[in-house]
Amino acid sequence: MPIKVEKLSHIYMKGTAFQKVALDDVGFEINDGELIGLIGHTGSGKSTLIQHLNGLLKPSEGKIYIDSIDISSKEVPMRLIRQKVGLVFQYPEHQLFEETVYKDVAFGPRNLGLDEEQIKVRVTQSLKMVGLNYNEIKDISPFELSGGQKRRVAIAGVLAMQPKILILDEPTAGLDPKGRDEILGEIKRLHVEQGLTVIIVSHSMEDIANIAERLLVMSKGKIVFFDTPKSVFREVDVLEKIGLGVPQVTYLIRKLQGLGFEIEDCVSIDEAKKELLRVLRGRTS
Amino acid sequence: MMKNITIGQYIPGDTSIHNMDPRIKILLTLLIITILFFITNFIGYVVFSIFLALIVYISKVPFKLLLRGLRPLLVIIIFTVVLNAFMTQGEVIFRFWAIKVTKEGLILAGLMGLRLVFLITGASILTLTTSPIALTDGIEKLLNPFKKIGVPAHELAMMMTIALRFIPTLLEETDKIMKAQMARGADFETGNLINRAKAMVPLLVPLFISAFRRAEELALAMEARCYRGGENRTRMKQLKITRLDYVGIAVAIAFCAAIVGSRYV
Amino acid sequence: MSNMIFTSNLTFEYHGHHEHNVKAIDDLNIEIKKGSFVAVLGHNGSGKSTFAKHLNALLLPSDGSVYVDSMDTRDEKNLWNIRQTAGMVFQNPDNQLVATIVEEDVAFGPENLGVRSDLIRERVDEALMTVEMLEYAKHAPHLLSGGQKQRIAIAGIIAMKPKCIIFDEPTAMLDPIGRREVMDTIKKLNKEEGITIILITHYMDEAVQADYVYVMEEGKLVMQGMPKEVFREVEELKKLGLDVPQVTELTSKLIAEGIRMPSDILTVEEMVVELCRLK
Repeated sequence: MPIKVEKLSHIYMKGTAFQKVALDDVGFEINDGELIGLIGHTGSGKSTLIQHLNGLLKPSEGKIYIDSIDISSKEVPMRLIRQKVGLVFQYPEHQLFEETVYKDVAFGPRNLGLDEEQIKVRVTQSLKMVGLNYNEIKDISPFELSGGQKRRVAIAGVLAMQPKILILDEPTAGLDPKGRDEILGEIKRLHVEQGLTVIIVSHSMEDIANIAERLLVMSKGKIVFFDTPKSVFREVDVLEKIGLGVPQVTYLIRKLQGLGFEIEDCVSIDEAKKELLRVLRGRTS
Repeated sequence: MMKNITIGQYIPGDTSIHNMDPRIKILLTLLIITILFFITNFIGYVVFSIFLALIVYISKVPFKLLLRGLRPLLVIIIFTVVLNAFMTQGEVIFRFWAIKVTKEGLILAGLMGLRLVFLITGASILTLTTSPIALTDGIEKLLNPFKKIGVPAHELAMMMTIALRFIPTLLEETDKIMKAQMARGADFETGNLINRAKAMVPLLVPLFISAFRRAEELALAMEARCYRGGENRTRMKQLKITRLDYVGIAVAIAFCAAIVGSRYV
Repeated sequence: MSNMIFTSNLTFEYHGHHEHNVKAIDDLNIEIKKGSFVAVLGHNGSGKSTFAKHLNALLLPSDGSVYVDSMDTRDEKNLWNIRQTAGMVFQNPDNQLVATIVEEDVAFGPENLGVRSDLIRERVDEALMTVEMLEYAKHAPHLLSGGQKQRIAIAGIIAMKPKCIIFDEPTAMLDPIGRREVMDTIKKLNKEEGITIILITHYMDEAVQADYVYVMEEGKLVMQGMPKEVFREVEELKKLGLDVPQVTELTSKLIAEGIRMPSDILTVEEMVVELCRLK
């Protein structure tokens, strides 16, 4: 079981006038190979939480186990953790710095002390994983690429560390619908083909309702829900209260249920189509 | 957290010191710092410390904060003190190999150290009681007469304002890029000087690129808001010299006279 | 003339990487009426932001012309009048605020225009009131949320008393709460202050709220009409890499299955009414 968080709290600037509780007694478990959506609006603590998962922040209280190793203990080498847990920050293309795509993706593996042959294998693999053509792109400056391509190169840079767990903070921020669908498609594929455990941080329900297996909903440093999208979306009132919405179809189905339609809960358009056809045809034929 | 480091921290307040016109405050601070170098004897220092203590009291600036302001300059202060203590000729108190400490040296070192502490405290009180904007406005207005000889007063002030505006933003960004590179195994903390300098490349390159992108976007936004330099520009807040400022000037002049007078005591 | 914006055969070319010219805007003819709320929809690189920059003379046409409130943007003596008439709010809220205090930032535009200082004070307070940020007048912008910063940027434009505001993807970097705050402000400016709004976006849920929608692709105008007319073309919009409201897409799928219902449904409420009728 790769991730287990117990009674985790984090307080910024403890003991000063600026003291702020960012995480408040958070506990959950994520199984091997799950795809989790982490949802909450700005300031809900989601960014603080993911930075704990690869040791960039240390808990004020509580424990975090990755692969049964307590990463909050001082003896654990950070390099090991960062290798296991890949963290892709928001707007990751802003961290590109090398002259060529190859060198930039190689930065992580090089820090791990791998030899040139191994590095090359990893760069080739990770560029392929994000759907880029190694030979076409390896010698180009990352700064000449389009926005979507830059973001893929940046994600490849994290994948080159060969993490078992991949965490992405708002991977679709600033992308248009096409770019968004492409990136989410790539992530879903990585999850399926490589068996990676994936956590996608987002504030958009529509974006991850279709691909996440479970949703971890946060507000004010606490976990509000941790369940399948379908069960979470039943709690429209609570979600709205904490500044989140549900997809338009979910609102529609809820309204219809209220008006006496005998219809199951739906999170996607295709599910809604099937349900509505069943109800409408059942009545009309 | 890096967010909380601010250059020239400003403590808002409503004291007489806060409410003085920034131009007057800047000029008087310069005057008082200059007069510091006229002090030659012990009495002068006593007068100066009483005066400074009075200003700190009136301005309600926390004493702790002033001490904290001295910390980054501690090295320079110690260096000055040590240098003076060892390098001055005179009546030898004790010897240590080739090093000898003289009575004159100790006294001079003490006074030089005190002078530095006063200087820093005086300047800190100015920045602690004057908002960055007022400070910038003050500097712009004071430099205005020098426009004729080519001093770009408005441009300097605008640059300062923008720098102050973007320092927190860029600090936050530095923090983020650093973490992102650490997530890729970068190590900013260990290794020798050369390795550490090398480790800065993955931080500095993205930071510069981002700063340039921000600069470009900001320039566009300023142009769209009809910015065309200082010509024909008006200001919402106008600086006004009030009775308070005249009182301030009078007090400062009296103080300077006292310092100069102390030379003859 | 009742047109706020009028472009005739607007074309903009720039030098691309490999020596040949790229047409970012290709023969665009658009008329935007005073007081209207218009959305320009398109994916990244469709030319919509380049178009926006033509509307307050940050860019000048390579060919054809742009008139803002009947002023030709190529005529240099109109420049500052145009920029005052057509204000612009950009995508990144951080990179358009100049001053370290909110009210000083809002004052920046009027100061540039040479407005008298007591009048600036009035305009700043009024503008902050309009965007509901008056209580933050003395705050530092970097401590505000994205949506609040963007509202300050809007206040900075309102204080210049423009007739028209161009929003260049104002919500792209905001969270849902910020997006809602900014959209509410935009609608308020249009309805209550009568300011002409041109909203450049790739979010369909924002475009749906406009009176009229233009869709751009490769610098050309490919669709236009009222939101209901545009969004019923579900397949075509998807081909352009754009979203449609979920209920509109659902409707089109139901119609494809032989259910008889109108194709121009945009909201949950409309859909509920239709489905109840069918039941």
